[in-house]
Amino acid sequence: MTLPLGDLVAIIPELIVATVACLVLVLDPITPPSRTHWLAWLSVASLVACFGITVSRMDATVTAFSDLMILDPYAGYWKLLLYVVTALTILLSLAYLRVERIHLGEYYGLILLSLAGMMIMVSAADLLVIYLGTELMSLSLYVLAGFKRFEVRSLEASAKYFVLGSFSSGILLYGISLLFGVAGSTRLSAIAAAVGTHGLDDPALLFAMILLVVGFGFKIAVVPFHMWTPDVYEGSPTSVTAFMAVASKAASFAAFLRVFLEGLGGLREKWYALFLVICVATLILGNVVAIVQTNIKRMLAYSSIAHAGYALIGVVVAGQAAADNETRALGLSSVMLYLAMYAFMTFGAFAVVALLRKGGLEGEEIEDFTGLAKRQPLAALLMLVFMVSLAGIPPTAGFIGKLYVFMAAVNAGLTWLAVVAVLLTAVSAYYYLRVVMVMYMREPDPSAGLVSRLTTSPALTLVLASAFAGVILLGLFPDPLVSITTSAVLPFK
Amino acid sequence: MVPLSAYVAVSAVLFVTGLIGVLIRRNFIIVLMAIEIMLNAANVNLVAFSHYLESMTGQIVALFVIAIAAGEAAVGLAIIIVVFRGKISTNVDEINLLKW
Amino acid sequence: MYDLLVILIPVFPLLAVLINGLAGHRYSHHVAYRLACGSVGLSFLCSVAVFATTLRTGITREVVAYTWIFGGDLVVNLAFLIDPLTCVMLLVVTGVGLLIHLYSIGYMHGEEGFTRFFTYMNLFMVSMLLLVMGNNYLVLFIGWEGVGLCSYLLIGYYYDRVSAAKAATKAFVMNRIGDAGFLLAIFLVFVNFGTLDYTEVFARAGELSTATATAIALCLLIGAVGKSAQVPLYTWLPDAMEGPTPVSALIHAATMVTAGVYMIVRNHAIFDMAPVAMTTVAWVGGITALFAATIGLVQNDIKRVLAYSTVSQLGYMFLACGIGAYTAAIFHLMTHAFFKALLFLAAGSVIHALSGEQDIRKMGGLKARIPMTHALFLVGTLAIAGIFPLAGFWSKDEIMAHAFTHGHYALYAMAVLGALLTSFYMFRLTYLTFYGQSRVEPHVAGHIHESPGIMIKPLLVLAVLSVIGGFPGVPPEEGWFHHFLDPVTVGVLSGAAHQGATHPIVLLMVVATVIALAGWGLAHFLYSARPEAASQWAARAPAAYRTLFNKYYIDEAYDAAFVEPAKRVGRIWDWFDRTVIDGLVRGVGGMTQGGSALSTWMEKYIIYGSINVLGYANHLTARSWRRLQTGMVHHYAAIIVAGLFILLHLILLW
Repeated sequence: MTLPLGDLVAIIPELIVATVACLVLVLDPITPPSRTHWLAWLSVASLVACFGITVSRMDATVTAFSDLMILDPYAGYWKLLLYVVTALTILLSLAYLRVERIHLGEYYGLILLSLAGMMIMVSAADLLVIYLGTELMSLSLYVLAGFKRFEVRSLEASAKYFVLGSFSSGILLYGISLLFGVAGSTRLSAIAAAVGTHGLDDPALLFAMILLVVGFGFKIAVVPFHMWTPDVYEGSPTSVTAFMAVASKAASFAAFLRVFLEGLGGLREKWYALFLVICVATLILGNVVAIVQTNIKRMLAYSSIAHAGYALIGVVVAGQAAADNETRALGLSSVMLYLAMYAFMTFGAFAVVALLRKGGLEGEEIEDFTGLAKRQPLAALLMLVFMVSLAGIPPTAGFIGKLYVFMAAVNAGLTWLAVVAVLLTAVSAYYYLRVVMVMYMREPDPSAGLVSRLTTSPALTLVLASAFAGVILLGLFPDPLVSITTSAVLPFK
Repeated sequence: MVPLSAYVAVSAVLFVTGLIGVLIRRNFIIVLMAIEIMLNAANVNLVAFSHYLESMTGQIVALFVIAIAAGEAAVGLAIIIVVFRGKISTNVDEINLLKW
Repeated sequence: MYDLLVILIPVFPLLAVLINGLAGHRYSHHVAYRLACGSVGLSFLCSVAVFATTLRTGITREVVAYTWIFGGDLVVNLAFLIDPLTCVMLLVVTGVGLLIHLYSIGYMHGEEGFTRFFTYMNLFMVSMLLLVMGNNYLVLFIGWEGVGLCSYLLIGYYYDRVSAAKAATKAFVMNRIGDAGFLLAIFLVFVNFGTLDYTEVFARAGELSTATATAIALCLLIGAVGKSAQVPLYTWLPDAMEGPTPVSALIHAATMVTAGVYMIVRNHAIFDMAPVAMTTVAWVGGITALFAATIGLVQNDIKRVLAYSTVSQLGYMFLACGIGAYTAAIFHLMTHAFFKALLFLAAGSVIHALSGEQDIRKMGGLKARIPMTHALFLVGTLAIAGIFPLAGFWSKDEIMAHAFTHGHYALYAMAVLGALLTSFYMFRLTYLTFYGQSRVEPHVAGHIHESPGIMIKPLLVLAVLSVIGGFPGVPPEEGWFHHFLDPVTVGVLSGAAHQGATHPIVLLMVVATVIALAGWGLAHFLYSARPEAASQWAARAPAAYRTLFNKYYIDEAYDAAFVEPAKRVGRIWDWFDRTVIDGLVRGVGGMTQGGSALSTWMEKYIIYGSINVLGYANHLTARSWRRLQTGMVHHYAAIIVAGLFILLHLILLW
């Protein structure tokens, strides 16, 4: 057997990321602690290279390893988003890890390994490969969640994430094994064909589909598979939380959409209803429970649950059995757009949280933002912009994202769903604006031990500037991104 | 010859056993074992289908799953050790600082 | 060149926002306010030039700044529509805005966060300009949200007061309720027309079925009711008086709160198709006009009286819209901006003189101490009361006359009664503040001083406008103002609006004048000639007085209707949580240790399953959701399994 050279060329970005990850892990022990940041810059450089390669291949569709992998514009789009988020995570971590005194080179290796898993997920055309990708992503994230080894809450987050994550992937795997039994193959194309011949009422097929819904539902954190999210987001180091909330959610959405639209597209009639229910439940729960949170990371966790709900609206539209392909494509592209918008604003919000200090610890309680506008006008302004965007107020990216999703829903005749979502958006203004109120309408309390000095560094400035620019520019000039998403949607059959 | 349904039944029993184990056992290590049982239930399925459908894919997938299970166990045990160092307990229920 | 001029109108304040916002802490206040006021001044000059061009050529122009959204079916430009309606709004917003900015220099002098204040004010101007200039619903909505956000930030400006932060949140949430309606209207427009551009939507409005038009119009009305503080979403506006007085003048009197009126007039093509919605608008307006006026009768905070009067006057504008008198609505909007800004700023001058005192029971006899402010306030009062020939007379009379001549007698009666009450409470306010015995607290009395020139000069301009502002609309329904606006406001259906002269308009004018004078006379009798009579009257009807004083207990009613039940459900659920569920959880815990694995699982599954069902069924309180988040991995895993079973059931049932 010869080495399939062409296939390896096709997955050069994945190879680069995985190689650099290993390189970082190997170099870490022999790098003096004062030079650990070199490893971070090496990682960022590799991401820049991958970005260039992926951009240059954006228009082509290539399959590799006898159809195990597919490198199409859809995968390319998600990869570009993942590169950006990962690079931002690494830059954020540079300053953050040092202050938390956990600045170890292996961190960057794990982040890159996790990214490699995500990249495999988004361009997998086979359930086994998707499973391998999710496991690579998740195993790295379990470790990253517990990276603050001396803080009990971080360990707890790691343990919970691990137990529930492997539990859910056990369920996912069982679903995959059943699908294999039905289709005789794990290729998405073969499964699609089997769905065509078995019809809608094959119990094994339906049961397998539900197991997949549970498995992916856990990864994208939708009700009722969301329970881990607040705990894990709160306990993990903030830079990891940002990475999980944005990158792992985006990659899981990408794989999930490919599986359900390509592999199980024939079962649309069945899963459409499931996702409709899940979507409404997620929207309601995420937005309602966020109101009573006092910890900002927990609040953002519920907010991220709610945002998964908004993105699911687009999934529901894309899964409509009766709608024409154009309507469904609009639904899919609205999900892609929404998650990109979501990435910038959520990442920005977490980055601001990461830079606040209370004594030696992170200022994670919403109360810790008291009077921030006085103490740190610029940080407060950035947080204001991110909150406004999360609340979906124009002219920010968050508004455009919601507008597209709602338009897709209305266009597909799901006006009532848009109504529900719009009303819940009004609810969400309450808890996002509470942060603004605390920052802008309260005097700083000198006795609270809040330090005005922030964790700053040039890299962190770059992160915040990029997130801010993303939120504002995507809000003002969404056209380029919109045209990319519309050209990168999966072909509907 | 053993019919396919027998294998699927065994696999289902294993899967449910694993599921129940995760739900009710309190010791972290046993929970980890229960998860391994769930993975192996899937493996039984895969190998059985592979045999009856005369397709090698299932067995290859099972091999991958075994490898992943090993990785998962390694990460899981490492996490258990640090948690144990921090809390002097391997009881899952006592890990409940983060809530509400 | 002309296009550039149009685009520059919102760009000037935007630049000031950016410069002051980013670098404001690096230079002194003098630079900051010069930038802020200068930018608004330049906007005003551009607006005048645009207005002059429109007046000369009479052409409606659309200016595209850039293509904003592109993809799918939706193409929206960030574009401006310059027609007579926009021109009037532009002049009002930038003109009154400029005067209030100038006034703020004096009023906010020495306040902490001076630069921040002007940054928010300029940001408000940008949003408001986008709101009135946009050529499509999306730009309108952006401005709409922007003004709401600025209003929120400015109400909470005095953040050392807890009430200010509460008022700000209340205002924002109430506005968001309205906004949800507005956003739905936008979706409905898009679904029905496939575009969001006014020109195309209004040209094709005739294609709408009555039901669809009514749905869109009612959704728009919800938005307008929230923004313009109409019944039942008006309670935020009086609370919004927690903000600095220039904010009350600019945002909560002259401009932002009139956005709802502007929006209805702009969409009159859709409203014309929906008679039911029109009637609703008229009645919402009529009820608000009368209702808010009655509350205004007995309030003791000088700014709150003015706030209720604003709500009431906005009611007149809605009433005008509802009976198809769109030009009259905009005419009243304009004159109201003049005299209400004047009144608020003069009130600010009073408050300034009294070192922050706002209670009119602690004023009185100020005429001698601050004569200039007194004269200006009196002009405002005469204008709002509708005394001939001041601005308020012409615009209010036109609305009432239109109601009468078009057969809306009930609405006419409400409007006339409202006018009587308006005249009464405004003169009551004037008498209690400026006449009679001084009730000023001694430690304040020594410091009373007339405001500086920078505050008085803008007031003089506003006073002149309050006097002559009505003349463009003379003669009623035939004035210059009507000829200018009619191309926009007279729709296909309301083309027959011009009937004018044959009706007994002069008689109606006399009635209006008599009504206004009656209110004045009554106030004079009660608060000047026989000051003890007022309290006797109040004592004679204590229940009525208390009801009015407590604003019909509407805030309390909202609390009782929405907040308390939610709390009660929360309490019941909390009890249920603590006793039943905790008991179950604890019982299950015991059984885990005692019973066999399988039976325990059964119990656990069933019980946690029921917890789930109960929990998910009851989403009324977030607290109960929160209780499910026990922090225990088992529970989370159980919920995942329960979710699995729920999905199975769903699939089987579907």
